[in-house]
Amino acid sequence: MSITSDAPAARPHPLPGGPPAADPDLARHLLRLGDDALVLGQRLCQWITRAPTIDEDLALSNIALDLIGHARALLTRAGRLDGTGRTEDDLAYGRTDREFTNVLLTELPNGDFAVTVARQLVYSHYAVLYYGSLAHCPDPDLAGFGARAAKEVAYHRLHADRWTVTLGRGTEESARRMRDGLERVWPYTAELFEEDEGLRRLAASGRVPSPAPLRETWLGRVTEVVTRAGLTVPGPAWSATGGRAGLHTEEFGPLIAELQSVRRQFPGGTW
Amino acid sequence: MTAPTTTSAADEGDLLAHFDALIAAGETIEPRDWMPDGYRRMLVRQIAQHAHSEIIGMQPEGAWLTRAPSLHRKSVLIAKVQDEAGHGLYLYSAAETLGVDRADLLDALHRGQQRASATFNHPALTWADTGAIAWLTDGAAVINQAPLCRTSYGPYARAMRRVCQEEAFHVRQGYDLMRALCEGTPEQKAMAQDAVDRWWLPAVALMFGPPDTEAGGADVRTAALGAQVSRRAMAWGVKRHTNDELRQRFVDSCVPQAERLGLVLPDPAIRWNEERGHYDFTPVDWDTYRRALGEDTHWARQRIAHRRAAHEDGAWVREAASAYAATASAYAAATHAASAYAPAEDAPRGDDA
Amino acid sequence: MSPTREGAPASWEVFVRARRGLAHQHVGSVRATGPDAALAAARDLYTRRGDPLSVWVVRSDAVHTASPDERDPYFAGARHKPYRYPEHFAPLTEEGPEGEHHQ
Repeated sequence: MSITSDAPAARPHPLPGGPPAADPDLARHLLRLGDDALVLGQRLCQWITRAPTIDEDLALSNIALDLIGHARALLTRAGRLDGTGRTEDDLAYGRTDREFTNVLLTELPNGDFAVTVARQLVYSHYAVLYYGSLAHCPDPDLAGFGARAAKEVAYHRLHADRWTVTLGRGTEESARRMRDGLERVWPYTAELFEEDEGLRRLAASGRVPSPAPLRETWLGRVTEVVTRAGLTVPGPAWSATGGRAGLHTEEFGPLIAELQSVRRQFPGGTW
Repeated sequence: MTAPTTTSAADEGDLLAHFDALIAAGETIEPRDWMPDGYRRMLVRQIAQHAHSEIIGMQPEGAWLTRAPSLHRKSVLIAKVQDEAGHGLYLYSAAETLGVDRADLLDALHRGQQRASATFNHPALTWADTGAIAWLTDGAAVINQAPLCRTSYGPYARAMRRVCQEEAFHVRQGYDLMRALCEGTPEQKAMAQDAVDRWWLPAVALMFGPPDTEAGGADVRTAALGAQVSRRAMAWGVKRHTNDELRQRFVDSCVPQAERLGLVLPDPAIRWNEERGHYDFTPVDWDTYRRALGEDTHWARQRIAHRRAAHEDGAWVREAASAYAATASAYAAATHAASAYAPAEDAPRGDDA
Repeated sequence: MSPTREGAPASWEVFVRARRGLAHQHVGSVRATGPDAALAAARDLYTRRGDPLSVWVVRSDAVHTASPDERDPYFAGARHKPYRYPEHFAPLTEEGPEGEHHQ
C-alpha cells in the first residue's frame, strides 16, 4: 500500500528485492531486525512533546525517524523474501503480538530519561557494529542498506554516549538514575546477540553475518563509555529471552494495540 | 545585549528619526540598532506567542505519532512535529536577540503569563484531525506568515523565511492525507468531513486573530480599536496586512481545495462573489471569534499542564547537564591553558570566518 | 547576547556551510551547556534538510563587535570613497558602460 503511495525518492532506504522468492532464513532474520527498529522507534515516539528540553524532543524524533526508516526497508524486504508478498504495512499493522519478533529490550517501557539513554546506549552500539558488518555482505541491496543505516546509528550512538557521560557525571541524582537505567536494561542486552539455526546457516554460508561474534567488541565499547561516565557496567545477572520467538512482555500488548488501532478501526482503508 | 545607554530627549528624537527613516525605506532593523520600546515590546510579545504556538501546537498531532496508520504517514508526521519544535526554537532564538531569555519566555508560558494561539486548545480526536490541522491551520499559518518573511525586524524575518519554507511541506502533506481519506472507504471520508467540521472555525477565526475591519465583521468601535493595533504594527512594518485581509485570502484558497477533495466547509454562507472577486463567508465577528475560542477549560489547561509536566519531569536532566558542563569546562580550561598557543586542528581558518 | 542566568545553558551562534563553495553562514543560535551539546543541538535544529557540509558553533559571548556608539568611527571610512569602485573610472572600451562588450 505505502509502496505505491510513497514516491521512491522519499523512501529513506530503498531495498529493492527481486520477485517474491521464498528465502525463509533471510526473511526471518530481516523481520527480526525490522521489528527491533520499529518497536524502538515506536517507544521513542512516545517521548516526543515530553522530553526534558525542546532540543531533546527534536533529537529523539530524529532518531525515531531514522529507526522507522530502517524498519520500513527491512520489513519490505522481509515481506518479499518470505513468499507472502506482504508490504511493510501489512507486516507492521497486520500481525498479532505473538508474531512480532523484536528483542524485549526494544519494547521495555521508556521509564525516565536515563532508562531511555541506557537503552539507546546499548542498542546503538550494537546497531553500529551489526549494520556495519551487514555493509560487507554479498547481497548488494542489503550491503547498501547496512552502510547507510550504520552511518545513521553512529549518530544515535554519539547522542547516547554524550548523555550517558553527562548524566553519569552530572548530579548525584542523575548519576543514580543513570546507574539504575543501566541496571534496568542490562539483562535484556544478551538477546541482541542470540543466534538460532537459521541465522547460523546464513552466517555459515557467508550470506549474512551473525551478531554473536560482535558481543565482545560491543562490551568493550559500552564499558569504555560507562567508565567515562564514572559508572560501572552491571555485573552478570539473569538474561531475558523470548522476543525472537514472539514471547513478549505484558507491556507489549498495549504498545502494539496503539500502533495498529487506527488501521484496525478502518478495515479496507487506504492511507 | 549591551545595556541601553542613557540618552537625552534630543538624542532620542534623532534616533527615532533614524529608525523611522529605516522603516520608511523598507530596510530591516537589526538587533544592535536603537528601537522604540514599544516596537521592542510588540516584537517580543508577537515572536514569543508565535514560538509558544509552535511548541503547544506539537501536542494535538504528537498524540497521533504512535497511531499513524502507515509507516509512511508515521515518518511524515514525525518530521512535521519535529519541524514544529524547530520553528519554536528558531523563533526563541530570534526573540533572544531582543534581550530576553528563552528560559524566561518558557516560564511565562508555563505560568500562563504568555499564551499560545488558542487554535490548539481544541482536541485532535481522530487521525483525520492531523490532516485537517495540517491542511487548514497550517494553511492559514502560511498565509498569515508569508508577509512576515518581510517583517521589519531582521532576525524575525530571517527566522520566518526558514519557517515558511518548511510549512509549505506541512500544508501539502495535510492535503495529501485528507485526499487519501476522501478516496478511501465511506467511513474514512466521514472521518475526514468530521475533522473539517471541527477545525474550520478554529482555523478561519483564531489563526488570523480577531476582526479588525468593519467589513470583516467588527462593529465600529472594535474595528477602530483593532485597526489601531493593526495600524501601529503596520506602521512599524511588523505586520503587512489586516487580519481580515489575510482571512479572506485564506478562504479564497481553501474553497477550491475543499471542492476538489469533495469535502464541505461548514459555513453555509460560502459562495463566490463575482463583484468582489472573492468568496463570501460568514464574517468572523466577535461572537464567532469567542465561540471559536471555546471554553477556557479542559483543553487550554491540558496543553499547558502537558508542557509543564514535561518541563518539570526533565528538571533533573537539565540540572545534570549544567552541572556536567561546569565540571567539563573547568577541565577544558585547565587543558586549554596548557595548549593556549596550539590552534585546534579543526579551527576555522581566517579566509572563511 | 542576553546575560546568562546562573547555571543556565549558554547561547551559541550557529554557522552552517550549506553546500560546497559557500562560506559558513550565520543561521541563528541555540542554547546548550557545552560545545558538544551545542553542536548536537545545531545539527538537529539547522541541518534537517538539504545536504549540509559542516556546522560551527561559537559561544555568543565570544563574539566581539563594535558597539552601536562606535559605528560611525568604525565604518565611516567605507563610505564616500567612490574611487574604490570600477565605475568611478573611464571604461576600458569605446562603447562606455552600456556598451555591448561590457560584461
